Amino acid sequence: MLKLNKKYREKYGFRTKVGYDAIYEGYPNEEMVRALSREKGEVGEHEWIQKFRLKALKYFLQKPMPSWGPDLSGINFENIIYYARPEVNRAKTWEELPKKIREVYERLNIPEVEKKYLLGLSAQFDSEIVLRRIKEELKKLGVIFTDPEDGLKNHPIFRKWFGKIVPPNDNKFAALNSAFFSGGSFIYVPPGVKVPYPLETYFRINISRAGQFERTLIIADEGAEVTYVEGCTAPVYSKSSLHAAVVEIVALPGAKVRYVTLQNWSKNVYNLVTKRSVAFENATIEWLDSNIGSKITMKYPSVYMRGENAKAEIISVAYAGKGQIQDTGAKAVHLAKNTSSKIVAKSVSAEGGEANYRGLISIAKEAARSKAVAKCDALLIDEKSKTNTYPYTNVQNQESSVAHEAFVGKLSQEKLFYLMSRGLDEDQAMSLIVSGFFSDFIRKLPLQYAIEFKRLIELEIKGGVG
Amino acid sequence: MSTLLKIQNLHAKIGKLKILNGINLSIRAGEIHFIMGPNGSGKSTLALTIMGDPRIKVTKGKIYFQNKNITRLEPNERAKLGIFLGFQNPIAIEGLFLASLINTSANVLGKKIADKEIDEALRKINLPKDFLYKDVNYNMSGGEKKKAEALQLLLLKPRLAILDEFDTGLDVDALRTISKAIKSLMNKYRSFLIITHYSRIVDYIKPDKVHIMVGGKIVKEGNVKLAKNIEKYGYAKVLGEKYAEA
Repeated sequence: MLKLNKKYREKYGFRTKVGYDAIYEGYPNEEMVRALSREKGEVGEHEWIQKFRLKALKYFLQKPMPSWGPDLSGINFENIIYYARPEVNRAKTWEELPKKIREVYERLNIPEVEKKYLLGLSAQFDSEIVLRRIKEELKKLGVIFTDPEDGLKNHPIFRKWFGKIVPPNDNKFAALNSAFFSGGSFIYVPPGVKVPYPLETYFRINISRAGQFERTLIIADEGAEVTYVEGCTAPVYSKSSLHAAVVEIVALPGAKVRYVTLQNWSKNVYNLVTKRSVAFENATIEWLDSNIGSKITMKYPSVYMRGENAKAEIISVAYAGKGQIQDTGAKAVHLAKNTSSKIVAKSVSAEGGEANYRGLISIAKEAARSKAVAKCDALLIDEKSKTNTYPYTNVQNQESSVAHEAFVGKLSQEKLFYLMSRGLDEDQAMSLIVSGFFSDFIRKLPLQYAIEFKRLIELEIKGGVG
Repeated sequence: MSTLLKIQNLHAKIGKLKILNGINLSIRAGEIHFIMGPNGSGKSTLALTIMGDPRIKVTKGKIYFQNKNITRLEPNERAKLGIFLGFQNPIAIEGLFLASLINTSANVLGKKIADKEIDEALRKINLPKDFLYKDVNYNMSGGEKKKAEALQLLLLKPRLAILDEFDTGLDVDALRTISKAIKSLMNKYRSFLIITHYSRIVDYIKPDKVHIMVGGKIVKEGNVKLAKNIEKYGYAKVLGEKYAEA
């Protein structure tokens, strides 16, 4: 653990001292929510947003902690900072950012990736987006890439879908997010527009005891296509942080949305995220969801196939090292005819880590001739590590098919020996075996992220095992 | 010629089972040695032991490579010294491109492989370029696996190549092609230890020495004639009592 933290600390887990304009902490209450709402200018015609927040707070206070999954009793709501606004003006160029903050992103190589591979990037620092870069090409396509706060105030289509896919009372952490949401992204892609390169948001937690509650809403209009990437890291602290995001995606008829997550939080972060999408006729939604860091992650990206011929593909991968629980999975909900879903879940448990797959396949009565396939593979690196599978299936019509296979394997000594006979040391050999095990995921990623993901795996294995 | 590999009184077991019972073997630079023997005589175990398979326990004896005692070295350290094992049953590694493995190996072994060399090696083994983008030994036929091993051999150019039954699973044409490719590597510095239980390979590669292994020991040594006799008369007849004892 120490060894691992040292490596992570150096590359991703470093701390930066910056000033903050506003910090709200203590057990969540109405006053805090009102103050945040005022900060965000939710007055007059925008007052409804404050009402939305306050209602969400009520849900949060009423709802019990989820009891069906990992133990979350380590979260102390007293000790979380619910809003932390760094002393910085929104920048449009990297140069405009204060040096200290710019250096954080430079150390993480974000400006380089942005320049080379992205049409748009936003960078969140604790509770606020501190930079948004939009290339001319993206503007020309008529794509909206902005803050959710701006979306709520100025884009009726945002308001139409906001909180509709993940309502504030969905679960305790979605409620908390809905009360304190700040930052994140709103993306709208007009009909028929195919965005040729990805858009990305990079989330950085900096402050100790942080609560980060961003919102993301992506709307792909008819026949539109877009790939969105989120990356995240945080400094290593002894006290826990909480990341509770809400992500909503709407793929209108014929649209295609691919959502890529490279989760690499430090191992003091509780990562409890609600990700859900709806796919209309002939639309496709792909979640490429990876979880390497965090203390406990609970995340089950979902697709509700509401239109005929809608498609869902969810590839979820997780690496649970020492002291980590990755409770991840997927939900495919078939609500219309001829819909099809594919779930691939792969997890690695090492050094006593625990990786659980939790999945739901549901096929409604109306969803005749639908098809669902799920494949869950778990790889155990040692005897101390754990894995569990909780697949739930609910099929309401006779004309649909569901196939589910699950497989648990141990790290093969024979594979290690084979690779070591080619000159690789044990860590290198293990990295290649684990990356290979995750290849269903890696081979779907845009190249630069595939390289990054393999590097993260290598870092985990070098630091954590042996 | 200097001695490249020297094995002294090597005993080894897998679990409780004694497999090697006092092997002595010496290979000089540039030599080609065959190890032959009936099934279960310990040939593959010997190959794996030289490479450092952790499942095999050396209970007695020593292995020297270029006068360095390598008996307790990790497999990757042996590889770095210049030892290569072409596996009898190379294991599949799903999700790892053969190209990535070759790149990574070349890197850690401190070798640079030019694109031209890769093209040439593929051509020698009669493989299409996209073969490099198959997963290592995954969804490959027996013959393809042997070709993949041969490809790595050609590109990594070790000092000592141990080839464990590279001839099985190959049809006559493929055997000829691969034998020819292997021969193209032979020079006065590079040595080969070729394990086989058929002698048909003698038609393509001429050994300097032939060792016959039975019951975890080398029971008879000779030259190419010995291999040919075995093909003609079989182990029982050539070895007589020694075979019966084992």
